Amino acid sequence: MIAAIEPTWYLIVASLLFGIGAFGLLVRRNPLVMFMCIELMLNAANLLFITFARHHGDTSGHVFVFLVMAVAAAEVAVGLAIIITVFRQRKAINVDEVRDMYG
Amino acid sequence: MNTTFLEYVVFFAASLMMLGGAIGVILFKNPVHAALGLVLTLFGVAVQFVAQEAHFLAAVQVIVYAGAIVVLFLFVIMLLGVDRAVDLSIEPIPIQRPLAAVMTVGLVGLVSAAVIKAGDAIGTLNPGLGLDVAGEITADGQNIVSNDGNIQQLARNLYNDHVLAFQLTSVLLIVAVVSTVLLTRKWPKQGAAT
Repeated sequence: MIAAIEPTWYLIVASLLFGIGAFGLLVRRNPLVMFMCIELMLNAANLLFITFARHHGDTSGHVFVFLVMAVAAAEVAVGLAIIITVFRQRKAINVDEVRDMYG
Repeated sequence: MNTTFLEYVVFFAASLMMLGGAIGVILFKNPVHAALGLVLTLFGVAVQFVAQEAHFLAAVQVIVYAGAIVVLFLFVIMLLGVDRAVDLSIEPIPIQRPLAAVMTVGLVGLVSAAVIKAGDAIGTLNPGLGLDVAGEITADGQNIVSNDGNIQQLARNLYNDHVLAFQLTSVLLIVAVVSTVLLTRKWPKQGAAT
């Protein structure tokens, strides 16, 4: 147990996290849980950015993660606003119900 | 480089938190429980950030993601009234779940195979060239020890090299706030005084 923690390990863990997020996005039917799975995928990518920023000794990876977090926050705000608007008049919160577009 | 035993413990504990929280997000019937699983994942990722010497981003992760985004999720869950357990066995498209499983296994397997095949080409993590204490690596491989912390280095990089991205992100945030307010506004009926 003397070996260092390789970026390989982080790559596998992050890809597992990404895969779980992708699976959840396709399987769950509640739009809010689907949004949470998108956040899982974003976090997997953020983890890899940090790993390789340390690997190359370059802080640009950190800047990227910072901006990704800002974009994720904006995306969540707008996405939840859309979900509230769409599902305000409906009884069931289920993306399968959103088949027709009506005002 | 000798990795201490504690670093292994931290890595595996944080990975367990991340993956356990992620599985909780996709498996819990109640969306509120799924949000709590998401919080566990976010804390696991924050611990990994600290282990990678990205202290500022670990703090930002906890404050922004776990502190604002998940709270926003919980607000909307309560607002829409979906905080009850749903039946997870309903699936209108029969082939969706097997196909999703195949896609996920394929994706993770592909990345893992590529990573393991690359092997030493990825190299080991830079030992101790902590972005926290040491400085940049110059062209001839010397380390310039600058006494800047992680925040100063990040700020120097952000405001010198990536100013345009920073400004555009601020525009994006303003647009997001305005659009959120506009989308959720209830417009008065036609003919009524506004």
